[in-house]
Amino acid sequence: MSAVMMTRKVRKWEKLPGKNTFCCDGRVMMARQKGVFYLTLFLIVGTCSLFFAFECPYLAIHLSPAIPVFAILLFFFVMAMLLRTSFSDPGVLPRALPEEATFIEMEIEATNGNVPAGQRPPPRIRNVQINGQIVKLKYCYTCKIFRPPRASHCSICDNCVDRFDHHCPWVGNCVGKRNYRYFYLFTLSLSLLTIYIFTFNIVHVVMRSVNSGFVKTLQDTPGTYPFMLVCFFTLWSVVGLTGFHTYLISLNQTTNEDIKGSWSGKNRVQNPYSHKNIINNCCEVLCGPAYPSVLDRRGLMRDDLSVPTSALSIVPGLCLQLESSYGAMFPLQKTTAPLIPNEHTPDDAKPSMADSAIAHAEKRSPSPREEKLPTLPKSSPTPTKVPPLASPETDAEASIIAKDKAL
Amino acid sequence: MATEFHNLQELRHSASLANKVFLQRDYSDGTTCRFQTKFPSELESRIERPLFEDTVKRLNIYYAEAEKMGGQSYLEGCLACATAYLIFLCMETRYEKVLKKIGRYIQEQNEKIYAPRGLLITDPIERGMRVVSFQLLLLLCVCVRERQTKKNKDRDEENNIDRERVNSTHV
Repeated sequence: MSAVMMTRKVRKWEKLPGKNTFCCDGRVMMARQKGVFYLTLFLIVGTCSLFFAFECPYLAIHLSPAIPVFAILLFFFVMAMLLRTSFSDPGVLPRALPEEATFIEMEIEATNGNVPAGQRPPPRIRNVQINGQIVKLKYCYTCKIFRPPRASHCSICDNCVDRFDHHCPWVGNCVGKRNYRYFYLFTLSLSLLTIYIFTFNIVHVVMRSVNSGFVKTLQDTPGTYPFMLVCFFTLWSVVGLTGFHTYLISLNQTTNEDIKGSWSGKNRVQNPYSHKNIINNCCEVLCGPAYPSVLDRRGLMRDDLSVPTSALSIVPGLCLQLESSYGAMFPLQKTTAPLIPNEHTPDDAKPSMADSAIAHAEKRSPSPREEKLPTLPKSSPTPTKVPPLASPETDAEASIIAKDKAL
Repeated sequence: MATEFHNLQELRHSASLANKVFLQRDYSDGTTCRFQTKFPSELESRIERPLFEDTVKRLNIYYAEAEKMGGQSYLEGCLACATAYLIFLCMETRYEKVLKKIGRYIQEQNEKIYAPRGLLITDPIERGMRVVSFQLLLLLCVCVRERQTKKNKDRDEENNIDRERVNSTHV
């Protein structure tokens, strides 16, 4: 062998596909565009700082010290919910590994049968029955999976997210199964905070005006106006958003389903996920179990880099695929399963395959796959023919997929 | 045969060459985690149906327990909300506890039942809770090697017999 193997241990988040950014060595996961998130932070922190600096001393003395204390607690709760929504994994579904993708492709081929040449194959849809309702599961060409019910592919983050609600630029992340309740509590607590600050702003101005006149009050406290204006406009949008999400939670719907009109009642289509009871729906969404992340960000994996020292060329397009913590690597093209000796394999093929397979099994550290696959004698039967992995252009549902991605 | 599979880690390395069978999710009850109990035809020669069904049913029971909406999950949710979810930094959620139990169960099933039959189950959490994958191991290659060594032995014996015959004729 004339290649030098360089192995280093990396965290899995470094090799994850998709357009997310990671911080704190994989503990924090956000979307790429964070500008609007910084604006949100600035508005909340800025407004609250002005309130604590200019209004709270007067109110604490003349009304009650409990007012700033409650404001501080509410402020911390809002920040905690915002950071929790922004930094957590929304419920990203990992992409299918090559074997799983191939297995699904083979199943699809078996279902579709022979498609006559020149005709587009039928759209890739799987029908499942959920609580008596037929739900269509769509195939995701990027992630190579049939999306679970209520999952959708976010084009901004380039991931399939379970129970996808929407991508929120204000929090800089998708809102999905794992962080929906934090998002809802963030909007709710922010509404309360905004109403609280706005109310006590007015109380403060009124109290000062009673003592020293309205005009003098306006001259004494110039810092009041900017954030009163911010509060006023924020109030309507945030309270409106909270109201909208309260409505969605009571019906157990997502924003995505609402926009698409999935359960609008047309053609007698009903929401199969709803418990038909507002309290049960709210309890499920807000007080349900805390789902763990299925995306292993901080696990370690081997990053094998083969540096050829001779004229051997590496297979073009070789790219390192993410694998489980066992560290085996698969090049992208190698989707055919190597032939495993069984009772149908000719006898002369068995020894070479067995020996090379055993040699591989005994090896502790895997080497680049293109050098280690068992060499098949030419007379051996080929493994089951694997269809080429499809692309959206070859499918009748391409336009729908494009629309899906745009959403 | 059990001694051949004492190290599951090595098995998983070799399993990367093997075929895999994937058991899909069963969505008939909604989005709760359940796997289909339909017995795949590829495993017919490897494992008995009742054992397979027992394993999958047990996994489904564990997942149902993890996702159960009841007094305990509501209490956990409310307590966590009251502490702004900071309590999750110190405490393990019920789901995580059940996932650990599932991991131990799968490990035990692999060691006792599946590895001796040349199969290996992958924990669904490693595949995004989408599939339970059964890896068909290279159990047969060990048999082939034994068969090969036996064949060589037979051939050697035959050669020895022929040689003796030749020698005896010469003599």
